[in-house]
Amino acid sequence: MKRDQLKQKSAAWESETEAGLKKRPERKEEFQSLSGLDIKRLYTPTDLPDFDYEKNLGFPGEYPFTRGVQSTMYRGRFWTMRQFSGFGSAEETNQRYKYLLANGQTGLSVAFHFPTLKGVNSDHQLARGEVGKCGVAIDSLRDMEILFDGIPLDKVTTSMTVNHPAPALLAMYLTVAEKQGVSWDKVGGTIQNDPLKEFFAQKSYIWPPRESVKLLVDTMEFCAKNVPQWHPVSISGYHIREAGSTAQQELAFTLADGIAYVEAAIERGMDVDSFAPHLSFFFDAHMDFFEEIAKFRAARRLWAKIMKERFGAKNPKSMWLRFHTQTAGCSLTAQQPLNNIVRTGYEALSAVLGGTQSLHTNSFDEAEALPTEEAVTVALRTQQILANETGVANTIDPLAGSYHVEALTDAMEQAAVEYIQKIDDLGGMVAAVDAGYPQSEIMRASMEYQKSVETGEEVIVGVNKYIAEKESPIPLLKVDDEVERRQIERIEDTKLNRDNAKVDACLDRIRDTARSGDNLMEPILEAVREYALLGEICQSIVAVYGAYEDPAVF
Amino acid sequence: MDYAQEALNGSVLAGARLIRLLEEGDPAGIEGLKKIYPHAGQAFMIGITGPPGAGKSTLVDRIITEFRGRGKKVGVIAIDPSSPFSGGAILGDRVRMQRHATDEGVFVRSMATRGHLGGLSRATFQAALVLDAMGYDIVLVETVGVGQDEVEIVDLAHTTAVVSLPGMGDDIQAMKAGILEIGDIFIVNKADRVGSDDVVRQLQVMLEMRDYSATNWTPPVLKTIASKSEGIIELVDAFLEHRDHLVSTGILDTRVEERELHFFKELVKEMAYEKINTAAGGAKKYAMLTEALKKRETDPYSAAETLMEHLKVDM
Amino acid sequence: MKKYRVLIAKPGLDGHDRGAKVIAKFLQESGFEVVYTGLHQTPEQIVTSALQEAVDAVGISVLSGSHNYVFTEVVELMKAKGIGEIPVFGGGTIPEDDIPPLMEKGVKALFRPGTPLDEILAKIKEIIG
Ligand SMILES: Nc1nc2c(ncn2[C@@H]2O[C@H](COP(=O)(O)OP(=O)(O)OP(=O)(O)O)[C@@H](O)[C@H]2O)c(=O)[nH]1
Ligand SMILES: [Mg+2]
Repeated sequence: MKRDQLKQKSAAWESETEAGLKKRPERKEEFQSLSGLDIKRLYTPTDLPDFDYEKNLGFPGEYPFTRGVQSTMYRGRFWTMRQFSGFGSAEETNQRYKYLLANGQTGLSVAFHFPTLKGVNSDHQLARGEVGKCGVAIDSLRDMEILFDGIPLDKVTTSMTVNHPAPALLAMYLTVAEKQGVSWDKVGGTIQNDPLKEFFAQKSYIWPPRESVKLLVDTMEFCAKNVPQWHPVSISGYHIREAGSTAQQELAFTLADGIAYVEAAIERGMDVDSFAPHLSFFFDAHMDFFEEIAKFRAARRLWAKIMKERFGAKNPKSMWLRFHTQTAGCSLTAQQPLNNIVRTGYEALSAVLGGTQSLHTNSFDEAEALPTEEAVTVALRTQQILANETGVANTIDPLAGSYHVEALTDAMEQAAVEYIQKIDDLGGMVAAVDAGYPQSEIMRASMEYQKSVETGEEVIVGVNKYIAEKESPIPLLKVDDEVERRQIERIEDTKLNRDNAKVDACLDRIRDTARSGDNLMEPILEAVREYALLGEICQSIVAVYGAYEDPAVF
Repeated sequence: MDYAQEALNGSVLAGARLIRLLEEGDPAGIEGLKKIYPHAGQAFMIGITGPPGAGKSTLVDRIITEFRGRGKKVGVIAIDPSSPFSGGAILGDRVRMQRHATDEGVFVRSMATRGHLGGLSRATFQAALVLDAMGYDIVLVETVGVGQDEVEIVDLAHTTAVVSLPGMGDDIQAMKAGILEIGDIFIVNKADRVGSDDVVRQLQVMLEMRDYSATNWTPPVLKTIASKSEGIIELVDAFLEHRDHLVSTGILDTRVEERELHFFKELVKEMAYEKINTAAGGAKKYAMLTEALKKRETDPYSAAETLMEHLKVDM
Repeated sequence: MKKYRVLIAKPGLDGHDRGAKVIAKFLQESGFEVVYTGLHQTPEQIVTSALQEAVDAVGISVLSGSHNYVFTEVVELMKAKGIGEIPVFGGGTIPEDDIPPLMEKGVKALFRPGTPLDEILAKIKEIIG
């Protein structure tokens, strides 16, 4: 009865307001979120007709985890402030890590340069001009030893953003731990190792989709046995979003990737509750504040349902969607770069209100280059201010119960469910990638977005509105081209100072194992210990798996 | 620069520019074409057609590798559709063939259909001729074909290969209509996928119903996995076998003669039409008769005769 | 009327092709014929492709920090191959400071992130002439 009354009242209010629009029109005819969800003038309880607190939200730490995966959230401990960084040589990056740790950063996060991400050595023809430019150059165990020199691996947790070559980088990290005398059960961290999104987002692929999933399961199996505190995969929407997707696509494709990995691991014979607690996620925090919060909340709820209902997980931890967030690199502008500090601040706030477990805040100069030390410091301080001064971390999921946020959370979940259904119909994510489905969806979304920026429908301050007559330049970090020369020299030197016969034998073993279909982690570890180069290891695998080529879907 | 002469001397730049002139319908292109014509006629022209995404470009890429391994120079014309809305095109076939970009024995030219339904414009024929005259032993032409419109490829190619793939289901049936008639070789690509043997069988059944008495050639059905370079050697062998067959039976010469004749007729028609338009009062008369036809005041036969009469007087 | 033919290329190991593809698609929608090379091109591959395709301009998207190397190399190679007059343009993450030296070396236009597509289109037509 009361509901009906409210419905009537709210309809009356709407029509009265509509009538007044003739005199005082609104700013736009239609309001939409950044990702194209319709946004109403006002949200009331009538927008949540089936709202059931227990079913939709529950309590923090309880199914369906909409409000958070832990029962105390940031009252227990702030999120991990983890600034992704790496540039130039291992020596330079090692210095930057020590600086960040000294300034209160609580975890490390390695950015590798493109040659490493693609599994080729710094002396490869295509690496010309890219060595050390967008991340640190790692060609072998030798670079990894320098990278973590003086950083005890039982005292920090490390996140490594690398995908197809992930098994080799993980092996290098574990070998450094070994050499430091740290046993593997004390090593904690995450390796991105999310191969499928590479085919439609970041495009740092090496081998084909099926094979890449096989290798991922190898690392999952290996970590479950040997490195219990390690997260062997971080299922990532970040790059999907940065490639131009909408928030709904980011959410859906990420979870669909996750589904493919869970299925593959189960197929390998792993018990879902043995590996699922180690899955982690990674999302983008873009500019549309409420939409992003809704995305994070919907992600938690939907993943919990998928794990419970689709995969029959029993352990609540298997249903947890724990995630890292990075503020949106693609929202940064080269124009009026100081504005980026403000953008990043709002994005960071949405991630925190969305309940992220760790956060990277971009530096204001990153639209044009890797960040300077000053810019990185501001970015880190942005998080520290958020945590320590604003009070937003004092209560859990503070926006729950907002009619708007709950309605958006539902809409976000619904959109993702539809996409996932479509992908299931295509035969799962591997088949969908083969069919070019996510590729063309993202292409379409990025064209649409670009056009709305062109028409000014989407405003970007300093770019298509409030343009500055004259811009004051900011200092940018320059990576010396010397790094490339030195890195190539080091490769030569490494080859001279290792037992090449042993390396060859190790590479043979990698090829044989790839052919047999057995777990590749052990042979890769062996090769790493003998200072096999990353390119040598990856090429040995390519020799069996074949190299993937992008179909250039438009 | 005399593009024709330079192209004959081996300049890729000149050859590329000559093709561009021809594509733009520049009269200078035709002059060049005349010059190179006597040098053409050596190349083996192979057409590759099939539905979008069948793996045609990947196949072409691997076929290039195989022919290069056998010491042949290879030219490629890869055709993608023009957008009917903007007239623009994204020509993406090259993506698959970039490993050959720096091989001097390979020349890849992308082309848009520019409104030609059959996928082959006159410029395609002309470009093939240029590559032929420049000394490319093999000229591969890739076109998208979905059933009806690609018949023109047989006018150009000595050997036409039709690509299909597993999971086409009803499409195979639809193919029967047009495309089955034109294949000298049938390729079932993506044989790594389930159902490839079914497609092979279906094709064989359908091909059995065809009449081969005119050519005495039964088209083979070959399985390939282009992405893994599997089945490519056999495919290239089949191309050469078909070519030998065409040569030994004299069919090749007949085809070439027919093609020249066909072009001659086309050109005569076009030039006559051009003449009408430029002759005194010709264009006007033509327009008048068109109007009369629309109003059904005359019939096409009488109209044509009237026009010819008119021209006789005025020319 | 002559059609514009443009090559769009992605050099190096960096896979961020959003910009390259958006430009390619936009030029297609504006009536251009766009030859797309795909990812992972060396300067040699880009230049021989431009040569064989007889394009009116060459566009390169670089987000990997290798712009100084790539543009310089491409411009030099084009000169060496006799197609130095074909204009080269580009975009991506290219710091303001790096733009003037590259223009001096012969690059005809470098678009910073956020440049409106219409402006890009007009400029490309202008440099093609
Ligand atoms: N599984 C599998 N995939 C293949 C095979 N051959 C090609 N592909 C893939 O199929 C997709 C399309 O290949 P293309 O060679 O571009 O196909 P196409 O027929 O030239 O496509 P259009 O020119 O767009 O009509 C690519 O992703 C290829 O890698 C094959 O034998 N097996
Ligand atoms: Mg193709």
